[in-house]
Amino acid sequence: MSAALSCAGLRREFGAVRAVDGVDLSLPAGARHALIGPNGAGKSTLFRLLAGGLRPSAGRIALDGADVTRLSEARRARLGIGQTFQHSSLFLSMTAGENVALAAERAQGRPWWPLPRAHAARRERVGQLLGEVGLDGRVDAAVMALSHGERRQLEIAVALATRPRVLLLDEPAAGLSPAESARLADLVRRLPDEVSLLFVEHDLDLVFRLATRVTVMHLGAVLMSGSPEEVRGSPEVQAAYLGSGRRQDLFLAPASEPASEEE
Amino acid sequence: MSVALPRLSGRAAERAALVAVLALLAAAPLFLTPYATSTVTRIMVFALLAASLDLLVGFTGLPSLGHGAYFGAGAYAAGWCAVHVTASGPVALAVAIAAGAVVAAIAGCVAVRARGVFFLMLTLAIGEVVQQLAESWHDVTGGSNGLYGIPAARLGGFSLIDVGARHWFVLAGFAVGAAAVRCIAASPLGDTLRGIRDNEARMRALGYRVYHYKLAAFIISGAVAGLAGGLLAAHQRLVTPPDVGLGTSILALLAVTIGGEGSLWGPCVGAALVVVITDALGSSLGGHGPLVLGLLFVVVVFALPGGLARAVAARRRAAS
Repeated sequence: MSAALSCAGLRREFGAVRAVDGVDLSLPAGARHALIGPNGAGKSTLFRLLAGGLRPSAGRIALDGADVTRLSEARRARLGIGQTFQHSSLFLSMTAGENVALAAERAQGRPWWPLPRAHAARRERVGQLLGEVGLDGRVDAAVMALSHGERRQLEIAVALATRPRVLLLDEPAAGLSPAESARLADLVRRLPDEVSLLFVEHDLDLVFRLATRVTVMHLGAVLMSGSPEEVRGSPEVQAAYLGSGRRQDLFLAPASEPASEEE
Repeated sequence: MSVALPRLSGRAAERAALVAVLALLAAAPLFLTPYATSTVTRIMVFALLAASLDLLVGFTGLPSLGHGAYFGAGAYAAGWCAVHVTASGPVALAVAIAAGAVVAAIAGCVAVRARGVFFLMLTLAIGEVVQQLAESWHDVTGGSNGLYGIPAARLGGFSLIDVGARHWFVLAGFAVGAAAVRCIAASPLGDTLRGIRDNEARMRALGYRVYHYKLAAFIISGAVAGLAGGLLAAHQRLVTPPDVGLGTSILALLAVTIGGEGSLWGPCVGAALVVVITDALGSSLGGHGPLVLGLLFVVVVFALPGGLARAVAARRRAAS
């Protein structure tokens, strides 16, 4: 069976800097795959390459076996790649419901309709999506009035509204409180099996709880890829990722049970 | 004894205000002098131009300095059609809409690929090209003398010669054009345009064909500006190069900024202020109308950032 999303020999240079250097990655259908690495490892650049926000200098990207390397970001989104960004990227003059509706209407394929839409059906779908991410009753809340945590949740609702087959989440738990982080973990666990997830995250506790596979990047290249246990126990990863080794506890002492393949 | 009036909800109040304004506009020829009626007619023409520009500036985030081009294309096309083909008012307006849309489509193919100041400069250049064309294409536009001798528009066998009849014809065109813009703004297409204005990169990431939507907004806006131009030709029965030039484009942008972009009604109020100050009060201000307009613009920018519409919305929120 072909991978939901894969890349081979992916490279991106910015002048003399090789931000992504020959990365091979394969995301099977239904995967919960984490991408970790120190700052500057090239994780976000790799995300932008996969989503189409950046063109690679070399290499190939495939979605369900079809080459999408030269397709635009919008075209890839229509083919099923959904994403959230490292920094909040919402429609600030709108309400939470309008943000989700904008994404949902693109997926439903009728955004050109010139007459006012059927409000009841639209609100029901939007309300359901907001409920899934824990934003019940916030349909009419202005984005500007939402807390940081709520905005991160809304980002995910917007991405899910496009009905993606592959979901790329860039640091979804950044700035979240422990309670919000736990809710995010619960949401990720409840994602449908047909959605393949690739996420970048610095909260290693969350990574080892959610991921079934972890890829470690360092200086633009893949240092290792394996199960959470293999990554946790790798001295090479510890040295590269932690540098001085100040937070080896994250690797040496499991924070919680690792996710199983069935989750 | 005081009588408590029923308090209207926001939407009901808006509807009541709209009906009252339309009734006043319809009744204007019955109680105003012909000159004052003509000024109100001109306000409606300019208000429709400002509303069409608002679709670009306020809803899509594309501040254009070339809107006079589509307005002018509509005015000249309607005038030419009336002189050479038929004096039918609706036919002339249909031609004006098509001309505005076609010129906007050609200009938009190039302009919407640019952003920021490059977009502004491109639209400025497009406006200049159309004005130069109006001055030099003598056989069609009448050159610097303008296109004159436009016959009175005919509607259902009647010739709209007197000021009142022309006023009602323009009012009908204004109502149809403004309703179309309002309908588009309230539709999923309007939401999409607002999304592009707020966060173009995110729209791309959601899968929207941003270029196509921006071009669609450009063409629709140009078509409505063309309609406004057709109404100008029917009202003035004369079209001159200054009507399509940079001055008209700047005044339209001024109307949108003063009235408040993204509200539709705000630019219409802004257009009324602009016309009253430049045309009606121009003579009594000793030719200093543009100076007063400039001062008004400075005051609005500093005292009411976001224009009159945003100030009214803020007051409403504070009161509720």
